[in-house]
Amino acid sequence: MARKITNNRKIINTAAAWGIGLLIFFPILWTILTSFKTEATAIADPPVFLFFDWTMENYSVVQERSNYGRFLWNSIFIAGGSTILGIIVAIPAAWSMAFVPSKRTKDILLWMLSTKMLPAVGVLYPIYLLFIKFGLLDSVLGLTIVLMLINLPIIVWMLYTYFREIPGEILEASRMDGASLKSEILYVLTPMAVPGIASTLLLNFILAWNEAFWTLNLTAAKAAPLTAFIASYSSPEGLFYAKLSAASTMAIAPILVLGWFSQKQLVRGLTFGAVK
Amino acid sequence: MATQNSRSAARLMLAPAVILLLGWMLVPLTMTLWFSFRKYLPLRGGDQGWVGLDNYVRFVSSSSFWPSVQTTLIIVGGVLVITVVFGVLLALLLDQPMWGQGIVRILVIAPFFVMPTVSALVWKNIFMDPVNGLFAHLWKFFGATPIEWLSQASIQSIVMIVSWQWLPFATLILLTAVQSLDGDQLEASEMDGAKPLQRFGYIILPHLARAITIVVLIQTIFLLSIFAEIFVTTGGAFGTKTLTYLIFQRVLESQNIGLGSAGGIYAVILANIVAIFLMRIVGKNLDA
Repeated sequence: MARKITNNRKIINTAAAWGIGLLIFFPILWTILTSFKTEATAIADPPVFLFFDWTMENYSVVQERSNYGRFLWNSIFIAGGSTILGIIVAIPAAWSMAFVPSKRTKDILLWMLSTKMLPAVGVLYPIYLLFIKFGLLDSVLGLTIVLMLINLPIIVWMLYTYFREIPGEILEASRMDGASLKSEILYVLTPMAVPGIASTLLLNFILAWNEAFWTLNLTAAKAAPLTAFIASYSSPEGLFYAKLSAASTMAIAPILVLGWFSQKQLVRGLTFGAVK
Repeated sequence: MATQNSRSAARLMLAPAVILLLGWMLVPLTMTLWFSFRKYLPLRGGDQGWVGLDNYVRFVSSSSFWPSVQTTLIIVGGVLVITVVFGVLLALLLDQPMWGQGIVRILVIAPFFVMPTVSALVWKNIFMDPVNGLFAHLWKFFGATPIEWLSQASIQSIVMIVSWQWLPFATLILLTAVQSLDGDQLEASEMDGAKPLQRFGYIILPHLARAITIVVLIQTIFLLSIFAEIFVTTGGAFGTKTLTYLIFQRVLESQNIGLGSAGGIYAVILANIVAIFLMRIVGKNLDA
């Protein structure tokens, strides 16, 4: 609803929006800045904003002390693995519901959504028990499977809404030309679906990366991803603000960058197509 | 023009996703239901047989139940009010013409991408610490006594942390809705002499009603099960024990599986009540 307004109004808008935007972003900015301070500067009173001796020391300390690389690798593996597995299962399902809908398609979609709303704590012990039984506790594989299952409804839904936007006539035309089901999927559908699949991948990678119920409750030392690694800073000793900030910055930086690319998909993915 | 052949192929392609989700839903839920009727203490005597509805009664009559319901309602309600009110205002502001709109959007959305354990820890220590936190410095600067946020104002602090995380979500969805508003209608009302507040009340707000409902429902479902923010900051102390956290403690800390499972079933029922409303809206949208 863009309308013509005066330059004055625009200046006021700009100032207000930037002010609020910076206020909201400030905790992140402050964390990033603190990660480059020494521990003493980090708690200095009055606080130091920009003019301090920038140091990279915290980053190397965190890496040496905590084997940061392993947590990072666990996060990448769990978030990436669960998303890719989810996509592999979801593509055929979303394809069939989008292009060969039946009377039950709507019910199936809504039912899938309802599984996403199951509160995790309600099934905590059964999952815990099953994990012990199958030797999956504190394993990367176990978490990958669980995160794949909790995000599968969102993946199916997102893909479904993208697939539905592909015009059916194109598929009919390819069928008339004698394309088999396999070549229809490979050569006609896939190229058109790639942007949708990429957005789905991105958003679900982010959701899995930040998941903090199962990752905290089903891991100990071996399979802990970054969420659990950061949580281990909750009972610290001595001065640790700068190191906490460095660890935090490393954990959120990759996802902030990815997240900024996925703003638009976020709305679609998290409202299940109800707001476009 | 789906043929019989393609229909059975479609069913086959749907099968893996349906079977996986069915298993994921039914197996653990059946187990929880089963445990909820049994006296089961893994560390103190194991499974001691059926107890009927005993666990359900005990869960509700325990002294920590009603406080946890109250805490849950305050946190969910508080965060909803803050995120929706500020979300609407922020969405309207961001929709106005300005310089650097894209960058401001990025700044506003950023908190949503911060993992819950990071935001909880950063707020707890770097901002809310009563000695070295930034707020403490600020309070001292104005000559006030620093507040011990997470013990004296624990619920408010958690509402603040969680609102910071969810405001971007509300804003983004409401902004999408604002952008679909018909500009001509607004202009016409302006020509007819409608004041800004009237325009807001009679045109903008009704237009946003659906998006607000969706924000409220989706956030409620996620907020009912917030965990890391409490786990990391107070560990459920100082009156911040939500229903989710109470169940977690019953199951993993006191290892009373029967009692915790009964609580879990309550949580499932609660979430389903909210979910039904959300599904109605989403379902209607599917028909359109």
